[in-house]
Amino acid sequence: MKKTILLSLIAVASLSVTAQNKKYIATMEKNVAELDTTRDAAKLQNLANNFERIAGAEKTEWLPAYYAAYCYVNMTYSTKGDAIDTYCDKADAYLKKADSISPNNSEIYALRSQIAGARISVNPMSRGQKYGTESAELREKSKELDKTNPRPYYLEGTALFYTPAMFGGGKDKAKPAFEKALKMYETFKPASSIAPNWGKRSTEYFLKECDKK
Amino acid sequence: MNRILQLLIVCLIGTTSLSAQTKISGRITDQKKQPIPGVNILVKDSYDGASTDANGNYSFTASDTGEVTLVATMIGFDAVEKKIRLNGTDVTYNPVLKEALNELKVVTISAGTIEASDEKKATVLKPLDIVTTASAQGDIVGAIKTLPGAQQVGESEGLFVRGGTGSETKTVIDGMVVNNPFYTGAPDIATRGRFSPFLFKGTIFSTGGYSAQYGQGISSVLALETSDLADRTSSTVAISSVGVGAGHNHLWKDKGMSAGFDVNYTNLLPYFQLVKQTPEYTRAPQFAGGSLNFRKKTSQSGIIKFYGYYNIGDMGLKTLSIDSINGFKNLFDLNNNNVYTNLTYKERLGEKYILNIGASYSTNIDKIKTWTDTIQSQSDLTQGRVVLSRGIGRLSIIRVGAEYQYSYDGFSIKGGNAFYHYERKLNVYDNYTAGFTEADIYLTTKLVWRAGVRAENSTLIKKMVVSPRTSIAYKLGEFSQVSLAYGQFYQKPDRDYLFYPQVPGYNKATHYILNMQRVDDFHTLRAEIYYKKYDNLTSTLVDTSNSGKGYAQGLDLFWRDKKTFKGVDYWISYTYLDTKRQWLNYPKEVTPPFAASHTATLVFKKFFNKLNLSTGATYSYATGRPYYNPNNPNFLSDRTIDFHTVGVNAAYLRQIGRCFAVLAVSVGNVIGNEQVYSYRYSYDGMRRSAVGPPAKRFFFIGLFLSFGQDRSKEVIDNNN
Repeated sequence: MKKTILLSLIAVASLSVTAQNKKYIATMEKNVAELDTTRDAAKLQNLANNFERIAGAEKTEWLPAYYAAYCYVNMTYSTKGDAIDTYCDKADAYLKKADSISPNNSEIYALRSQIAGARISVNPMSRGQKYGTESAELREKSKELDKTNPRPYYLEGTALFYTPAMFGGGKDKAKPAFEKALKMYETFKPASSIAPNWGKRSTEYFLKECDKK
Repeated sequence: MNRILQLLIVCLIGTTSLSAQTKISGRITDQKKQPIPGVNILVKDSYDGASTDANGNYSFTASDTGEVTLVATMIGFDAVEKKIRLNGTDVTYNPVLKEALNELKVVTISAGTIEASDEKKATVLKPLDIVTTASAQGDIVGAIKTLPGAQQVGESEGLFVRGGTGSETKTVIDGMVVNNPFYTGAPDIATRGRFSPFLFKGTIFSTGGYSAQYGQGISSVLALETSDLADRTSSTVAISSVGVGAGHNHLWKDKGMSAGFDVNYTNLLPYFQLVKQTPEYTRAPQFAGGSLNFRKKTSQSGIIKFYGYYNIGDMGLKTLSIDSINGFKNLFDLNNNNVYTNLTYKERLGEKYILNIGASYSTNIDKIKTWTDTIQSQSDLTQGRVVLSRGIGRLSIIRVGAEYQYSYDGFSIKGGNAFYHYERKLNVYDNYTAGFTEADIYLTTKLVWRAGVRAENSTLIKKMVVSPRTSIAYKLGEFSQVSLAYGQFYQKPDRDYLFYPQVPGYNKATHYILNMQRVDDFHTLRAEIYYKKYDNLTSTLVDTSNSGKGYAQGLDLFWRDKKTFKGVDYWISYTYLDTKRQWLNYPKEVTPPFAASHTATLVFKKFFNKLNLSTGATYSYATGRPYYNPNNPNFLSDRTIDFHTVGVNAAYLRQIGRCFAVLAVSVGNVIGNEQVYSYRYSYDGMRRSAVGPPAKRFFFIGLFLSFGQDRSKEVIDNNN
C-alpha cells in the first residue's frame, strides 16, 4: 500500500513536471513566434520582459535569457548614442547567465558577436578597432562551435555590408558571405521548436540590397 | 495512512487549477510622477507578470498564494521589490521607480579641468582629437594649446597656463611625475613632447584648482593615463619626411597579457635641405630611441603596467651673435640621453577599496658645447607612490596617498680660453615626501563637495608646507553645471636656483575659479573666470629670495559644435589674461613676456566619408607679448606684433588587404604670417634681432601602416 502511494506520488510529481515543461514550451513558442513579427522597440521591450520572467522561473533553461538578450540587441537599432551601450550591457548580462547554463554554445557566441558589433555604432571612429576585433573573434568562435550554424555567417555578411569598401568591406564583399549563410539556412534544422532560428529573412533582404545598383 | 492520502490530494489539487487567483494591478511612475511604459512587473521566480502600457498601467493575475515578492524592473531605473501576501483579494501596487545612477546624470567636478577620454562620456575632447587637430602635428601639447587657458608661446616648450611659466605645469603619467616631458632643444626653439598620443587612453588638462593628488605645479597639471592591454596583435611601420619608425604589439590569446616595443629614428637633414632654416645647423637634429611596454591582468580587476622609454638626441647649430659686428656666430652643440620608466599596479581590494601603487625612475643627461664651454647637466628622479581609495555609498569616495621622490641634479661647466680656465661642478640632492587625503562627498547626485589637503616636505628646502584644496559642483539641469574651486599650490623653485648656496623656498599660488559648462552629445559650452595670486616667487633682484609676487586673472571660453554643419566638427577657444608679476630680476610688477592679453583659436575638422579623407585647419591668434627693450626705461613695456598662424592637415585612410594605411600631410603657418615671439638686444642696446620660428612654414608628410593579425579592420561598422 505504502509503495502504491509512493508510486502515485512520484507519478503526480512527474506529471506536474511534464505540465511545467509543457507550460514552458508553450509560453516560449508563443513569445518566439511574436519575435518574428516585430522590430518595434516598445513591443520588443514587452517581449524582453516576458522572456525575463520565464528566465526567472526556469533557472536551468538558457533560451529565455538568450531571447531576452536578443530582444535588447534588436532594440539598439532603434536608438542612438549612449542608450545603445545600456541595452548592450543588459543583453551581455543575460548572455552571461545563458552561458553559465549552457557553456560553449555557438548561438550564444553569435549573439555576443552581434552585441559587440552594435557597440561600434556608438562611436565608429574610436570604437571600430576594439569592438570590431571582439565581434570578429566571437563570430569565429561561434562558427567553430557549430559548423552548421548559419548565424555567424549572416553576421559576417552584415559586418562587411556596413564596412566602407575602402576599409575592405562593401556590398560585393558582403554578398558571398550572405550567399553562404543562405545556403546554410536552407539545410539548418533547429534543435527544437523554440531553439534559435532567426536571420534567414534578413539574409534574403541583405542579398537583395547587395544586388541594388 | 489517512494523512498520506490527504497529502496526495493536496498534491493533486496543488498541480491543478484550484489554487486561488489574485489580481494585481497598478500604475508605475518615476519620481516626477511621469508614467513609465515597458516596466516589467512580476512575481519573483514565476511566469506571472506584465509590462506597463504607455500610461504606466499594468494588471495581471498571479496563481501563487502566500507570501511572494513583487519585482518591478526597467532599464535605466533601479529595480524595486516588495513582499506581499496573495490570498485571492485584489492587490493594488503603485511603485515609484528611481532613475538608476548614470554617469551623465551625476555632477562631476569641472572647475579648472578639461578632459579627453573615451571611457567617460561628457568630455570636452576625445583622445583621437589630439591626433586629428591641425597645428598639433601629433603632439599632445600642440593639441592642448588649442584649448582655453594655454598661451601660444613658440620660443620655448611647455604649457604656459594662465600667467604661469612652462615649468609651472607638471606632467604626470599614471600619477608619476615626468621631469623632462619635452625633447631638449636649442635656445629659442620650442621642441615637441617626447610621448606619443597613442600611448594614452585619457588626458586631463587642469588649468587650476586641481586635486590634492597632484603637487609641485603651481599653475597647471597635465595628467596622462596610459592604455591598458593592447586591443589586438598588430605591427606598425611609419615613414615620414623626418624619419622612420616600426613597432609591434602582441596580445596573448587569453587576453590576459600584452607586450610590445617600438623603435624610431628621426633625422631632419633631408628636410632642412629642402626647407631652409634660419639657424645654421652644423649637425641637423637626429633622434634615435625606442620604448617597451608590458601589461598583465593579475585578476579580474588587477593590472600591472610597465612602460620604458629611451631616447638619444644630437644636434649642433650656429646663430649669428648679436653682440658681434663682424658676423661672429655662437655655437650650440647638444647631445641628450633620456630614460623614463614607469611601473604601476592597480587592484580592487574587496568591495570597497582600490589600491594604486607606482614606481618610476628617469634620467636626463644634456651635454652642451659652445665655443668656450663644455656643460653637462643631469637630472635623475626615483619615485614611489601609493594611493588607497575607498568608495562610500554609491558615489562618494575618499583617497589617501603618499609619495616619495629622490632626485639628483648635477651641473658641471668647464671652459675658458688661452688666458684663463674655469671649472665648476655642482650637485644637489633632494628627498621629497608628500602625503594627501581627499574626499569627494556626494550630498546628492546633483551636488558634490571635494575637500582635500596635501602636505609636502623637501629636505633641500628644509620646510614642510600644507595646502588645502576644495571644490564644489552643482548640476543645474540635464546638461549644465556650475562649479567653484579653491586651492593652494606649492612648487620648488626652478631647477637653476636649486644650485644656489642659499636655495630659495617654495613658490606659491592660490587659485579661485568659477566654472560653468553645458555639455550635450553634440555641443560643449564652457566658461570659466579665475583669479590667481602668486606669493613667494623666486627673486634675484638683490639676493636670491622669495620676495616675488604677482597675480593672474581672466576669462576662458570654449565652444564646440559637432552638429550644426554636416560632417563638420569645430571648436573655438578664447582666453583673456590679465597678469603681472615681480620675480627674478624684475624691478617691479609687470606683465611677463610669456603672457598675451587675448588668445583665440579656431579648430575645424571635416571628414569626407565617401573619400575616406579627414581634413582639418587651425587658426590661432594672440595679441602681442611684452619684450625687454634696454632702451626703454619703462621695463617690459614694449609689445611684439600680434601673432597669427594657420595650420592645415589632411589624412587619407585606406584598407589594403590586412594593412590599414594612413597618409597624412600637414603644413604649419600655411599663409606665412610673420611671427615674432620676442627680441634679443645687443649688449649696448644698439642692435636687435627678432626671435621667431626657425622657418616660416612647416611641412610634414607621413605614411603610417598598421598590419593586424586578425580580421578586425574589416569591421568599421558605419551603420548609424
